[in-house]
Amino acid sequence: MSGQRGGSPYAPHTPDETAEMLDAVGVDSEEDLFDIPASVRFDGEFGLDARSEQEARRHVGDLLGANDDLTEFLGRGHYAHYVPSLVDHLSQRSEFITSYTQYQPEVTQGFLQVLFEYQSMLVELTGLEIANCSMYDGATALAEAALLADRARSVDGTAVLVPENLRTAQFEVLENYLGGQDLHVETVPTVDGTLDVDALREAADADTAFVYAENPTVTGAIEESLREIGDIADEAGALFCLGSDPVALSLLQRPSDVGADVVVGDAAALGVGHAYGMGLGLFACREEFLRQVPGRLVGASEDQNGVRAYTLTLQTREQHIRRERATSNICTNQAWVALRTAIHAASLGPQGLVDLANDMVDLPRALAADLDAIDGVTAPVHDRHHFREFVVAVDRPAGEVCEELETDGFAVHQVGDTEIQVCITDVNEHAADDLVAAFEEAL
Amino acid sequence: MNYDQARWTHDDETYEPLLSEKGTRDVEVESSLPDDLTRDSLELPELSEPELARHYVRLSEQNYGVDSGPYPLGSCTMKYNPKFTEDLAARPSAAVHPDRSEESVQGTLGLMHGLQDQLARIGGMDAVTLQPPAGAAGEFAGIRIAAAFHEANGEGDQRTEIVIPDSAHGTNFASAALAGYDVVELPSADDGRVDLDALDAAVGEETAALMLTNPNTLGLFERDIETIAETVHDAGGLLYYDGANLNALLGRARPGDMGFDIMHYNVHKTFATPHGGGGPGAGPVGVVDRLADFLPDPHVRQTDDGVFETYTPENSVGHLHGFAGNWLVLVKAYAYIARLGDDGLSDASAKAVLNANYLAERVPYDVPHGPFHHEFVASAGDQDAADVAKRMLDYGVHPPTTKWPDIVPEALMTEPTEVESKRSLDQLADAFTAVADEDDETLHAAPERTTARRIDQTTAARNPRLSWQALDD
Repeated sequence: MSGQRGGSPYAPHTPDETAEMLDAVGVDSEEDLFDIPASVRFDGEFGLDARSEQEARRHVGDLLGANDDLTEFLGRGHYAHYVPSLVDHLSQRSEFITSYTQYQPEVTQGFLQVLFEYQSMLVELTGLEIANCSMYDGATALAEAALLADRARSVDGTAVLVPENLRTAQFEVLENYLGGQDLHVETVPTVDGTLDVDALREAADADTAFVYAENPTVTGAIEESLREIGDIADEAGALFCLGSDPVALSLLQRPSDVGADVVVGDAAALGVGHAYGMGLGLFACREEFLRQVPGRLVGASEDQNGVRAYTLTLQTREQHIRRERATSNICTNQAWVALRTAIHAASLGPQGLVDLANDMVDLPRALAADLDAIDGVTAPVHDRHHFREFVVAVDRPAGEVCEELETDGFAVHQVGDTEIQVCITDVNEHAADDLVAAFEEAL
Repeated sequence: MNYDQARWTHDDETYEPLLSEKGTRDVEVESSLPDDLTRDSLELPELSEPELARHYVRLSEQNYGVDSGPYPLGSCTMKYNPKFTEDLAARPSAAVHPDRSEESVQGTLGLMHGLQDQLARIGGMDAVTLQPPAGAAGEFAGIRIAAAFHEANGEGDQRTEIVIPDSAHGTNFASAALAGYDVVELPSADDGRVDLDALDAAVGEETAALMLTNPNTLGLFERDIETIAETVHDAGGLLYYDGANLNALLGRARPGDMGFDIMHYNVHKTFATPHGGGGPGAGPVGVVDRLADFLPDPHVRQTDDGVFETYTPENSVGHLHGFAGNWLVLVKAYAYIARLGDDGLSDASAKAVLNANYLAERVPYDVPHGPFHHEFVASAGDQDAADVAKRMLDYGVHPPTTKWPDIVPEALMTEPTEVESKRSLDQLADAFTAVADEDDETLHAAPERTTARRIDQTTAARNPRLSWQALDD
């Protein structure tokens, strides 16, 4: 019991209470309640030590302490922006974090309203009418979007077209999700980090089910041909899916204006920071796909007094009701992460979001110019506008340069034999000059 | 009971107003980019920090969590979430980027390796991947691994079916279908367990796997598990363990010892990481040796020199998450296991099972099957289980899971977990007893004491309004 060794510190039973309860149930010991045949009964030990809270805390702290303290100039799908203290304090309110899925709406109005507000902010950011209240991450959201295409379209195509520079992990998630369905993935060449529109036009035909483009792309390039891409997808009878994130969406072309049917991405760019890849899958789409949408939806309704109130809705799409005919298998999603993202977005407000997004254009431009001034460095490699990140060419083996930068305390991506990708945001801009100096030294 | 929700009312039409109703601003978007690459404007709420703090605090006061009171949702395992694990997950050293060099994140990889090892021991499995970001994602990962295994044996085209008992979680069916399999539903026997004759008839050379929850969703241990395993294995299929109910077995039985080949762990259930209003969770998957080669990429191992590194198993199914899963959740799970150890985990199961049996003894409703492990399913009989649930809210407790599994009429699926005291269980039982004596009219009128009264779900579904933009329609 609490405070003692030898049992669960979170089970409140005193020995007397345990005895009373055993008596009430009519058994002599807890072991008598385990209806497990002797042949499969486990009599061994796991060999796991119990620790006091202080010891457990020190143990985990020591373990994590083995991570090097580096200044990260890393992005490629996982981004950090400064998360205001407000987000931590409010999201840690225990009524939020210790609650479950809102199956009893009358006692979960608070969380339902937060999720309704989250959906609404995505509707404004994407220009699409429907947003769900989370998928796991950008990769699984993309995969769910491709599956939506399979369910929602009238034509028979089976090809899912993605840029050739799609991150490997994202490509593999997509293949796993499509593996059991009548769909397959094909890649489209890229130019300067953006989709090769002519190649896409060649590739898109009656067999195309789905066309995916990113803005910004994985190399940080801003895609300049979204309308054309949307038109090509449309002509082929395919769904056009755009990958982005809430900060980029605050500034760049509105997905609805370029013909996007679905928007996916990692919304955790707001609210989480670097968390070894833990994300929040953004999913928004046009209204006509409402009944094919994967995941949970919160809707407004009224209570018995006629006052507006919120509830999970259209649950007949979901696995707990529809089982094998559900629009997805998702149950536990990323609701609390969505809450953090919503609070972060609200704390920035529209002008704050636009200002932050503008910094994500100006900071890489300035950093690229400084790096480009170094002998042996070309930055950016791609002749495009950039958002947060860009590719740098170096005239030494990139692996060696990255190692030297790491010795100097900086983490960057190696993306080719002589190419390095650098990501700059509000959380590392204070170290930009030091990074430039470290590049200078390495070359 | 004394739990009351805050009732922040704005006027007759809203409780706490929406952010958008408190004030929005439509800003014109200007930038150094060419105009045709940017949007024209952005309209979103704009509030001061103090206003936001009040907004979210008020909303939190209209929400029920485990820290608010008992939360006996069957199969959801809502137990107390230790606070210190939150502090650990918030450490800057946990907040690293996934593309860092392996040498520079030895702490992260070491913790992952440690958790893989802890989970393997607890489940009796040979290898564990931490990547799936939720239980259902774990199911899907497990099925993809099974599919890759059969494929490698040249039986990929032949084994097209997954067998699932009718009492199983809906995710089992959905995950199997997502992976492209036909679902064969297995009817339960009269005692609520797997019907062995029906099992014999259901499995064969088309069977890729049987997915089983043990103890099952009625809280009953599948005593014939060895026969079940033999039947499935003899047919060439694999046995999948749904870990949703593992909290009932810690230290008493291990899926690996029972003959299961693949399992997922719901760390947000068994290992007390917060559900957070519906997630994030994490659904690590354990497998026996012959399947280890198919695990997702990346997997973490330790070299002879003690260095942690990631590697791709030879026949890996590849990624099932864009990076390495819900990392911060994994940190909390590791810390929880490090806190409890053997004795604490074992005691958690002992008390969870004791609590379930004690409460089952005290509820006034018909409890059709027994003895129970961590949960039981009562039948509300003539009463509507949904109404019973709403009325329980008025007694200050969260109701159990209702109307599921549907093999029990008007089901009230109750899982108190180990963290409820005898006094708390008595209060829950008193609430059940009080409600059982009430008439339909009273039940239909419930709840009365919550922020919002009974919410009209039919209208919400018929006329979906899913954003504040849609409210004017």
